[in-house]
Amino acid sequence: MAQTVFAPWEDPTEKPLIQFKNVTKRFGDFTAIDDLTQDIFEKEFFALLGPSGCGKTTMMRMLAGFEAQTEGQILIAGQDMARVPPNKRAVNMMFQSYALFPHLSVWDNIAFGLKREGKDKDKIAARVEEMLRLTRLSKFAKRKPHQISGGQRQRVALARSLAKAPKLLLLDEPLGALDKKLRQDTQFELMDIQEKTGTTFVIVTHDQEEAMTVASRVAVMDEGRIIQVSTPAQIYEAPNSVYVADFIGDVNIISGRAKPEGDKVAVRWAEHQPDIIGTTSLPFADGQEIHFAIRPEKVAISAEEPQDAANKIAGKVLDIAYLGNISTYHVELPTGHVIKAQTANTRRLSRRQITWEDPVWISWTDTAGVLLER
Amino acid sequence: MRRFSWFNATALTLGFAFLYVPMIILVVYSFNESKLVTVWAGFSTQWYGELIRNEEFLNAAWVTIKVAVMSSTIATVLGTMAAYVLVRAGRFSGRTLFSGMIYAPLVMPEVITGLSLLLLFIGIGLDRGVLTIVLAHTTFSMCYVSVVVSSRLVSFDQSLEEAALDLGCSPFEAFRLVTLPIIAPAVISGWLLAFTLSLDDLVIASFTTGPSATTLPIKIFSAVRLGVSPEINALSTIMIAIVTVGVITASLVTKQAAVRQARDERMAERPA
Repeated sequence: MAQTVFAPWEDPTEKPLIQFKNVTKRFGDFTAIDDLTQDIFEKEFFALLGPSGCGKTTMMRMLAGFEAQTEGQILIAGQDMARVPPNKRAVNMMFQSYALFPHLSVWDNIAFGLKREGKDKDKIAARVEEMLRLTRLSKFAKRKPHQISGGQRQRVALARSLAKAPKLLLLDEPLGALDKKLRQDTQFELMDIQEKTGTTFVIVTHDQEEAMTVASRVAVMDEGRIIQVSTPAQIYEAPNSVYVADFIGDVNIISGRAKPEGDKVAVRWAEHQPDIIGTTSLPFADGQEIHFAIRPEKVAISAEEPQDAANKIAGKVLDIAYLGNISTYHVELPTGHVIKAQTANTRRLSRRQITWEDPVWISWTDTAGVLLER
Repeated sequence: MRRFSWFNATALTLGFAFLYVPMIILVVYSFNESKLVTVWAGFSTQWYGELIRNEEFLNAAWVTIKVAVMSSTIATVLGTMAAYVLVRAGRFSGRTLFSGMIYAPLVMPEVITGLSLLLLFIGIGLDRGVLTIVLAHTTFSMCYVSVVVSSRLVSFDQSLEEAALDLGCSPFEAFRLVTLPIIAPAVISGWLLAFTLSLDDLVIASFTTGPSATTLPIKIFSAVRLGVSPEINALSTIMIAIVTVGVITASLVTKQAAVRQARDERMAERPA
């Protein structure tokens, strides 16, 4: 029995929680968001990913109500948010700096939003205790923010933003200040809490690994536009452009001219070299500019010429990066291209035979790479 | 620790002597029994007794404190508001002009400030007295308050206010519940600064005062013109004592807070 996959964006009857409709935001002459249209659904963990200055933070601040769009419409649960101030929105935000109130204890920080709602004391106390338990902070309730560690502060910030049970939680680079190990643990914690509370999360990050780990869908942004929105696996395996392929993970790009050959497309990329054969559903015209993108882990490397590979090119090992679990070989081709090939180190170091300056063959199947128009 | 060379020791002694010998002389002579200020005739506290019985001085002291409390309170409110707007409003045309205009009275010669205020009060027909001194002191001390408060606001993380708004505060509530408690030390030191400035102001007060309101500095100044009396020495000694105690208490409190903060931060680093 197949489990239902969470994919409301594929269901045309599903109503989106957040709708950006042709939203443009300008700061003076600078266009931060450029005619952007995007739906985000309930219970999604939606990641906005991009380099700094791509407009991802502006999108989030518009959702929180700290910035107003110049043109277009933003709807949350069907309601136009244009004239709704931040304090009247069922949206809470977890700030990059955490923005914990230094003069209040952990308990009072979490209770802050609840007290503004004018709830009675018992209800507030019960909710705060619940949040403290959820984020494992019960021991630190009486401490001030400067009396706890960075990871604990991050959890207080999360507890505070979740206390009011918002429809939508915005997370601005929530794990940026944590070290790598703590960050990985916290990512899983975030996903767990998101699942438990059923809140819609929108996360802004420039860390592609973080976006891939936590998100149900990732939007890759550049210069105020969303370049691609898809599940992490789709983004990684089927990027729609060189920009996305290059931004997410490591990739080899070879540019050339297309030559359709039945259901396959050949890429003519250099004189005296065999064409690269790939498959695609996109229609390519003969002679059209084409980019072939392949992930290093899909490139095989061998000392002897492989017999039955769809694509194989001879080269020379230029560099080896040993990362413990994997090694990346930089292979220089006679044309000057450098292709990265990655292998898992299933054997101990002394047993492997390829080393610097060795002549090698790199090869891949005809479905390993992606053919891109731009 | 390094030892002082004879040069360093001499420099230190001379420097401190330069600063404190006049005050020490003043304090010593306040306990002089003789009515002549410069002739030592034995230890006595009689001038302190005389001082307490001197109605004029007590009245002047009372006026001074009233003026200082009122003007520094108004100046703190206005100065804080000005600082808040200038720091928060961001870039708007004429911003430099506005901030320059806030700070200009700091460097304006007091005589000019006093004279212009006097002309204004005469012009609008306001009777000179406590009210006019309060207004005048507010005018110049709010600049100091706004300098102190704005330097704190510049380093204030604006996302704290956004967080308050995000959690359901109106902008005023956000200011009252988050911003104000956090910048309170700066606001308090702004108030103290304004208070001290008002306490020892002579020039502006003498321009803007009337016959009904004599502040202590004015009183001392006019008394000294008739000759320095041991009573003035006693009064000055009391003022020095108050200031010294105040400064020492303030620095002890600050130091203690710093120590506590450091301890808390060490505690935070320990894995729980």
